[in-house]
Amino acid sequence: MRNVVVKDATAAVAGLKDGHTVMIGGFGNAGLPLATLRAIVETGVRDLTLISNNAGTVEDDLTLLFRARMVRKIICSYPRGAKAFTDQYRKGEVELELVPQGTFIERIRAGGAGLGGFLSPVGLGTDFETGKEKITAGGREYILELPLRADFTFVKGKLADTVGNVTYNMTARNHCPAMATAAETTVVEVDRIVEAGALDPESIVTPCIFVDRVFARA
Amino acid sequence: MKTLGRSELARMVALHLPRQGFVNLGIGAPNEVGDYLPADTDVMLHSENGILNIGPRPPKGEEDWDLINAGKIPITLAKGGAFFDSNLSFAMMRGGHLDIAVLGAFQVSEKGDIANWTTGESNGAPPGVGGAVDLAVGARTIWVMMDHTTKEGGPRIVRACTFPLTAARVVSRIFTNIAIVDVTPSGLVLDAVLEGVTPAEVQAVTGAELTPARSLRRIDMTGSVAG
Repeated sequence: MRNVVVKDATAAVAGLKDGHTVMIGGFGNAGLPLATLRAIVETGVRDLTLISNNAGTVEDDLTLLFRARMVRKIICSYPRGAKAFTDQYRKGEVELELVPQGTFIERIRAGGAGLGGFLSPVGLGTDFETGKEKITAGGREYILELPLRADFTFVKGKLADTVGNVTYNMTARNHCPAMATAAETTVVEVDRIVEAGALDPESIVTPCIFVDRVFARA
Repeated sequence: MKTLGRSELARMVALHLPRQGFVNLGIGAPNEVGDYLPADTDVMLHSENGILNIGPRPPKGEEDWDLINAGKIPITLAKGGAFFDSNLSFAMMRGGHLDIAVLGAFQVSEKGDIANWTTGESNGAPPGVGGAVDLAVGARTIWVMMDHTTKEGGPRIVRACTFPLTAARVVSRIFTNIAIVDVTPSGLVLDAVLEGVTPAEVQAVTGAELTPARSLRRIDMTGSVAG
């Protein structure tokens, strides 16, 4: 039977390379795969493009990657209050692509769903339409938003079974299910791993087809 | 000039919400509106990070950091509540399923344009937008609550926003610490004024023309409105 369980965070991040694009789940610290982030720091990779809603704050979060100077660019919706990121942004050492949050997650969904983009009214008449194609459909104007994909997605779940089905905990679900669909390799850090068949199929939010590796947080 | 306190302004907004419906309270001051909803309200509060029907704040020591609102503050789930992912959450906005969003703002124009995500003058700090644009475009009704003037006394209700827009022509009502102003196709209508403040004084600190409503209402210092 399929088994995607790896032994620890170090094994979970194997294959991550310089220049990769990486999605990291979470809204604030809810859904943030913290053990994975620590393991990424240990790899010493550089020039990452991060796709994550926030850019950390001042402690154990994406701050770890910025402090280790691993990030070339971040695509996010809300990097305020992110000390390490802000210092590097002010010096021009890291690039920011700011995306309204709903557009951000829908671009990821499009990336995972094989779509070439989608038409959104969000941002019309604002700075967020700059440089984007506008399309009129059904008599209404829209912005063409393009998909996002990544080499790796790292998210935090609650439970995974050995074949890779995943459940989430309350508002820690947030961006994780969409991100899980949009990468070449999807890695899920969970609280606990159970045998295949032990999860209620109705409770599974991310089916195993999207999941390449799972590991239990120590 | 007398002004309403932040809590009283939140209470005033809460008293104007319908008895039922789906409402998103923006990060910061608008979030306090939730503290003044009547205990028997059927309003369900939405937060863009994936929750519908937010309950009261958790007691100290019982916070769960997997259960937070869009301001990253610990919350609880009320009876009948649900969790969902971000895609579904923003589908609720753009799809027109949210009845009302209450947002803070730097400026609102007489046409209902809102500027609330950046002043454009960050001194090199990174901008952040979060779900502000999606919410302003998507919710069926947009209410703004804000101080009537800037710290320096300049108007925030203006003919045209000078700060970068969040969305154009979406705001229908503005609750401030001295007045309630409706945005109508024929211009701004002054619906209510704080006790001890005259309509002329409100006009003097407003950057666009206000037409007093035929029956002007009075706001008392607790945020109750009569008339």
